[in-house]
Amino acid sequence: MNDKIVLKTEHLGITFGGLKAAQDVNLNIKEKELYGLIGPNGAGKTTVFNMLTGVYKPTTGKFYLDGEDLTGKSEETINKKGIARTFQNIRLFNNMSVIRNVLVGLHNQPEFRCSPFESMLRFPRHFENEKAMRDKAKELLRIFGLEEERNNLACNLPYGKQRKLEIARALATNPKLLLLDEPAAGMNPNETEELMETVRKIRDEFNMTILLIEHDLKFVSGLCDEITVLNFGTVLAQGTAEEALNNPEVVKAYIGN
Amino acid sequence: MTAYFKNIKNGFKPKNYINYVVITLFLIISIISQPKTSTTTLLANMGFAIILAVSLNLVVGFLGELSLGHAGFMCIGAYIGTFISNQIFDAIGSKLVVLILTMIIGGLIAAIFGYIVGFSALRLKGDYLAIVTLAFGEIVRDICKNIPAFGGAMGLKNPHRYGNNLYIVAFVVALIMLILIQNLIRSKHGRAITAVRDNEIAAKAMGINVTYYKLFVFVLSSFFAGVAGVLYGSFNSIILYGDFSFNKSIEILVMVVLGGMGSINGSILAAALITFINTFLQSKLPGDLSALRLLVYALILMIVVIFNNAPALHKYKEKYSFSALFAKVYGKITDKFYAKHPEKKQARITDDSAAWNRVPSKIKMDEVLSTDILPDDKNNDTDTEDKRDE
Repeated sequence: MNDKIVLKTEHLGITFGGLKAAQDVNLNIKEKELYGLIGPNGAGKTTVFNMLTGVYKPTTGKFYLDGEDLTGKSEETINKKGIARTFQNIRLFNNMSVIRNVLVGLHNQPEFRCSPFESMLRFPRHFENEKAMRDKAKELLRIFGLEEERNNLACNLPYGKQRKLEIARALATNPKLLLLDEPAAGMNPNETEELMETVRKIRDEFNMTILLIEHDLKFVSGLCDEITVLNFGTVLAQGTAEEALNNPEVVKAYIGN
Repeated sequence: MTAYFKNIKNGFKPKNYINYVVITLFLIISIISQPKTSTTTLLANMGFAIILAVSLNLVVGFLGELSLGHAGFMCIGAYIGTFISNQIFDAIGSKLVVLILTMIIGGLIAAIFGYIVGFSALRLKGDYLAIVTLAFGEIVRDICKNIPAFGGAMGLKNPHRYGNNLYIVAFVVALIMLILIQNLIRSKHGRAITAVRDNEIAAKAMGINVTYYKLFVFVLSSFFAGVAGVLYGSFNSIILYGDFSFNKSIEILVMVVLGGMGSINGSILAAALITFINTFLQSKLPGDLSALRLLVYALILMIVVIFNNAPALHKYKEKYSFSALFAKVYGKITDKFYAKHPEKKQARITDDSAAWNRVPSKIKMDEVLSTDILPDDKNNDTDTEDKRDE
């Protein structure tokens, strides 16, 4: 791991009317780091994700990806610049086959650029692109063990595989930073274990920087290099898993006095 | 060059191209049989209906936005096309050249209006967009009625009727449109469009430019509606604003719903069928009885809706639906072929067989057909939850 900072947020915050959903969030995520964002329900974790992906425009503060200011950019632009995400409640394209879900993720890759008119008139480039895209999608599905199911409809996959497909689809956009929103939600211990392996594998094989939200503290402490704990929209503690989780404030927020 | 054809051959699925063949054969047979005037009228109307239904299916079925103003785009095409043809006919002289020119101009002007309507689709959804498009159709019709150059309420006269052979042009245009739209749908752009339909939030998060694709689909769809309007205008000796009423839009929508939203072949069949039934019943039912044809129309729609949705009929549907029958016939042919050439079975690309045509749409049939305002679909409910969550 080197010290190059991929994502940097400065005093990031948002208010909805009088509600301060997130305030003064400062994150410094280094390259190839597994970074955890935890906190009790309603702490503002998904709000932070939504700000980082452009769903919400932050009211205060800025965030930088590789030094480039992306504050207030649209969702599409932020994705093109290199932040991809998964959703807390799975959002696949349910009526499309598994491979098509991944192909949608590959849509914006510069090597597959092809205007609608080229496709409508079936220029040679269309065929070349389609073939290359399909190969790449299959490769991604193979890594996630979904190659066999590639022609099934996405909604017919079991829950764990839908989660994996969502990650595969996010990776298809070739991001610099991957945001996973509660990847282990609703999974049994075996599936969680398997997911931890998958996440590590993604980091190593794709050289990916990963920011994840999770409630399962075992999952977080076993996986993350560094953790930020949020509560009521403010940062309670930051540091390595052990430091953060043993912080008295954090224990208080989770368990009470 | 050879690589190009190899690519085509690799991705070749006869099923995808059967509609081109059927339409071409249908056209050739029609030309050979030298139809009567009444038949050419029917054929021409079928051609217009196919263009309108398939282009509306692009918006309703593939983009998943309900548009009730398709007749408005057609109206623009018909008035502009006929007006321009009246101006330039003497200078050019050839009916076909004038028709092609006016088709392009009329289509482009309709497309400009499609772009404007498309902007409302960026902000509105479901019922609200339907209201806006409905209003658009009526406004356009009324404006055309009140322009003196367009003949006012008396209608715009068209002294240069193309003649009975227009059905050939209509079918050729329909075929060209079909190729373009099918190619678009079966490409990365088609995937992006259906992704926007299936889950807009996820599509945005995948970097799909939702604005671009919504506008693109509206522009393309209204372009072809405009072209159909120009054809319609050149077929009639007078263009009346009453021809493009709300009922016309609904008739096109019924074709799309009947054929199955998101099914191009279905739209073609339904367009041909409904046009045929309309004309047939009109000639067979004398006098006041002709009002009954609307009843038949409604009955057909009800039967199709019940056949598609009733659980008790599900097994019959599996057995006797078009796709099942086709799969049976096609399967028999291919089985025989592969029995002879077992090595070729391996070589075939079996990838990604889930057909576009069977993709169910976001807009459910009962939602379209009922007059009640239904609560927003589940997707949207969870959207707001997700954002509030945490």
